[in-house]
Amino acid sequence: MSMSASLSVSQSLKAWWHKLGSPRWFYEISGPWQRLFGVLALVLLVTGTVWGLAFAPQDYQQGNSFRIMYVHVPTAIVSQSVYMLMGAAGLVLLVWRMKLADMVLSAAVPFGMSMTACALFTGAVWGKPTWGAWWVWDARTTSMLVLLFLYFGLYALRQAIPREETAGRACAVLALVGTVNIPIIKYSVNWWLTLHQPASFTLTGAPSMPPSMWVPLLINVLGIYCLFAANLIGRLKLTILERERNTQWVRALVREVSA
Amino acid sequence: MSFHTLNDFLVMGGHGLYVWLAYLTTITVVVGNVLAVQMARRRYFRQARALERRLAGGTVADPGDQTGSPMKGKQ
Amino acid sequence: MSLFAVQLRREWLLLVQSSEEILNPLVFLFLAITLFALATGGGPDTLQAIAPAVIWVLVLLANLLSLEGLFRRDFEDGTLEQLLLKAEPAFLALTAKILVHWTFSGLAMTVLAAVAALILYLPVSSLGTLLISLLVGTPALSLIGAVGAALTVGLKRGGVLLALLVLPLYVPVLIFGAGAVLEQMAGIETRAQIYWLGVISMASLTLAPFAVQAALRVSLEQ
Repeated sequence: MSMSASLSVSQSLKAWWHKLGSPRWFYEISGPWQRLFGVLALVLLVTGTVWGLAFAPQDYQQGNSFRIMYVHVPTAIVSQSVYMLMGAAGLVLLVWRMKLADMVLSAAVPFGMSMTACALFTGAVWGKPTWGAWWVWDARTTSMLVLLFLYFGLYALRQAIPREETAGRACAVLALVGTVNIPIIKYSVNWWLTLHQPASFTLTGAPSMPPSMWVPLLINVLGIYCLFAANLIGRLKLTILERERNTQWVRALVREVSA
Repeated sequence: MSFHTLNDFLVMGGHGLYVWLAYLTTITVVVGNVLAVQMARRRYFRQARALERRLAGGTVADPGDQTGSPMKGKQ
Repeated sequence: MSLFAVQLRREWLLLVQSSEEILNPLVFLFLAITLFALATGGGPDTLQAIAPAVIWVLVLLANLLSLEGLFRRDFEDGTLEQLLLKAEPAFLALTAKILVHWTFSGLAMTVLAAVAALILYLPVSSLGTLLISLLVGTPALSLIGAVGAALTVGLKRGGVLLALLVLPLYVPVLIFGAGAVLEQMAGIETRAQIYWLGVISMASLTLAPFAVQAALRVSLEQ
């Protein structure tokens, strides 16, 4: 009995996995998810940002400049997660040759890259009142800068290879190698910091932030993940439309929308 | 509310420039990401619709209905 | 194991024949060091202070230059395709290829770095650390760089792209390598950095050949 049950579970899992490989199936089921994540992102981000900007208590050391944390930390965290996701998508593409993984690999780059650049910029703006300089070679800043270069490498490689399928698989290899490297880069840069810099630069140094300070941060972090999910689904759907533009179902969809 | 007057809120104890610069940049990037997808989607449907209309008028050759296409190369 | 030996012999003979492929990056290394000496005014104190950084960064760049030709000839004459089809397992043959490349880039640069250290006034007491860090660290450069070379081998203008892809991945090697020499000059124990370089090289040796193989398969299909 349990044998057959586990068999049917594995069969339905397998069927799901195969369906996930079908762009059309993904296009048709993902609409509600995109809306759900979009609404969640809007609610969370507005709540967290207003709370952090106007209601969270002032930091006793940094004054009001610490409020930059509520936009800086979520963008920094999400940009690293996006790269990790692309590494995972690269693995899936190379092992199972799933079309959707290839699309994730190309659709996630603009979001990840813009978030990395944004985190670097807000970090610099935060650094000016806190450290007295726009740019400090601090461990986290430097890791983020290297991450931006990694994103740019993925972008440039895709631009350089004319054939889409080849470009996708080349990017998959690069994203995988990059993902393996990220922890080593972070460790080495941290180690380098202890060599070159006095260890007084701890941005979120307050060991125990009161809940009124960290709850809005948590809300914004969750919000930006929801935003990424909605944005990724939107870009995936667009990529699907572009790559399948000559198929019956896409042409029917276009006629339906115009009618 | 951590501020008493609107002026306090805008000045942010002297850090207003930095705080507002960081927030405005982030909001621009976030909104830009959302808008980029929406605009690209609208552009796609506009072009695809124009193509369908021309196909219906018979001014260009029909690429043929494909049931499931392999991935296409860029032009 | 015989496949490995055969491939090793073939690569060795090929590289010995094409002397410019070996020489050009090494000449570049010294040319660039000269430029640094000229640009900073050649003062012994300045040069000594920046010597570890200059040597390590230039070794990185010279290595990058030598990587461009790593797969190109075999790619163009079809040898690479044959190798991926017939060699069993292919990653072993590729490892042999990369190792031979390393002896003519990383190893050769390690030996020549002694001269570079001399003309940059690096203290003799730090020479040992510099050479060991280069010896242990450069295999990682060749192995990681080979992945980038494999990804860009089919492209017409792959040079700058190769640098873009590979240099961020070189960051840990550079940090531990140059850091070890700097700390040695400051009189601090440097064994940990050398171990870390060893760890990165060993990890690259076990993982990079598979990535190179996958990347070459991708490059060959276009």
